[in-house]
Amino acid sequence: MNSDLEDLYQQVILDHSKRPRNFGEIPVGAVHVHGDNPSCGDEIHLHVKFAADGAVEDIKFTGQGCAISQASASLMTMKIKGKPRVEAEELAHAFQTLITTDATDSPRALGDLRLMNGVRKFPQRVKCAMLAWRAFEQALAQTPESEAEVSTEPK
Amino acid sequence: MNNADPSAVEWDVIREDFPILRQEVRGHPLIYLDSAASSQKPRCVIEALRHYYEYDNANVHRGLHELSSRATDAYEGAREKVARYIGAASAEEIVFTRGTTESINLVANAWGGKFLKAGDVVLLTEMEHHSNIVPWQLLAERTGIKVRYLPVREEGTLELAELDKWLTPEVKIFAFTHISNSLGTINPVQELCRAARKVGAISLVDAAQSAGHLPINVQEIGCDFLAFSGHKMCAPTGIGALYGRRELLTAMPPWHGGGEMISSVTFEGATFKDAPHKFEAGTPNIAGAIGLGAAIDYIEKIGRAEIFAHDEALVAYAIKRMAELPGIRIFGPSGKRGGLVSFMMDSAHPHDVTTFADRYGLALRGGHHCNQPLMRKFRLPGTTRASFYFYNNRAEVDRMIEILKEVQRFFA
Ligand SMILES: Cc1ncc(COP(=O)(O)O)c(C=O)c1O
Repeated sequence: MNSDLEDLYQQVILDHSKRPRNFGEIPVGAVHVHGDNPSCGDEIHLHVKFAADGAVEDIKFTGQGCAISQASASLMTMKIKGKPRVEAEELAHAFQTLITTDATDSPRALGDLRLMNGVRKFPQRVKCAMLAWRAFEQALAQTPESEAEVSTEPK
Repeated sequence: MNNADPSAVEWDVIREDFPILRQEVRGHPLIYLDSAASSQKPRCVIEALRHYYEYDNANVHRGLHELSSRATDAYEGAREKVARYIGAASAEEIVFTRGTTESINLVANAWGGKFLKAGDVVLLTEMEHHSNIVPWQLLAERTGIKVRYLPVREEGTLELAELDKWLTPEVKIFAFTHISNSLGTINPVQELCRAARKVGAISLVDAAQSAGHLPINVQEIGCDFLAFSGHKMCAPTGIGALYGRRELLTAMPPWHGGGEMISSVTFEGATFKDAPHKFEAGTPNIAGAIGLGAAIDYIEKIGRAEIFAHDEALVAYAIKRMAELPGIRIFGPSGKRGGLVSFMMDSAHPHDVTTFADRYGLALRGGHHCNQPLMRKFRLPGTTRASFYFYNNRAEVDRMIEILKEVQRFFA
């Protein structure tokens, strides 16, 4: 078996892609961001409910796409649900650093998300891994209960 | 075409003409099944480019010196070859372009810009490549023409029973692909051109997927325009052609201005050369045209009917072997098709399949294949596509099947 592939598609990642956690919608009181990856058709609908102090009170997603994009979304929701805003922002930043640089010392706070660093060896798949996070960053920038679109392609 | 005998051709000897195929990728022998995106190049084409640059390189139609006349002869000689290759009445009907995309843009701008007005209809089909959709949409924004699409049936063929309904008197041009790059469907181009003519519309055939794969004769097809790309038929990138019926090319204004295309220029204005030169402003892709000429010689030596029979047998074999796999959906017509097959696996998304295959040296294409509207219609996130050419063989198909089995085990 090819070791790069095993790094990319770790068991945990395959598991999340097949059984995504926090899969669903938050019908009221949430920010909704539609994220898509036009070059390959991956998409997610991210729903984030912020508490009065800005913390991520609840987060859910639906979507379709490759194993990487869906597992990344699932892992992300697990990690940031319940986190204070500042911490969620730091995680988003740390995740991007993790999969786009060669840095070896990724913050422990990322936990299971560190398993996604196999993507580094597959530059064409980085945007699959980033899709959910781009949507989350957009959600952070939104006013409460608003809607937005993001894309991994430069406009 | 039907009496071609592909078994008389030594395909494994021909494969040796392609140096690139001899390599390993990621520690595995390269299996290149993405020729519908771009074909590989035989040594004779690479050699023709090298020869041109080492001995004959100069600008065309300008210099009075020896090299310039050699370059001009070679460039115009390539135009003659293209004309013969597609059965045009004369070389004046061949415009060199960068490829199919530029050829279609030329027609949309020069012909469409002059002859279409608000309310006129451009009829396309739902299986068109983006390059035969977007130029017309851009024109529609400028001029108020309407763009309509002949539907594609679930099985991947055109809804021919509705042809008369869609070919209304407002339709001024019917533009369609010869072979679908995502479904493999071979459209009945002769019949479509005839139907267009009956309502007074002109026709444009997108031959990107057919020009290197089966015999083409524009006069038999009865089309007014035909567009193709060199790089999908053994020639270099950046060269292709537009065939246009002489009358139409003559009536069309130029679309790019510059050198090469004028007869005389004053500060007040210019007069233009005749077609095809009025459509070739600036220094053209001389080496590319010469490479295309070499590719045509090469393909004709093998025989297009033989190539088609080879590809058809290989894709039939691939489909038969793929049908042995559980959880796989194969798209496109069950009857005659071009040398490509698109599929979906229940266990893995097309991008995961393609990434996985790549690590085993197998080049497949995953995605929407520049057919987003069609994928949306069929509610597909994209497909994985294997496309074949005459240098591919059964052993490669067998290896692909093994790798697809591996995909299923891995993602199960
Ligand atoms: C059916 C079809 N039309 C048009 C094109 C565009 O060709 P090119 O990119 O060479 O201009 C392609 C190639 O991808 C194609 O398959």
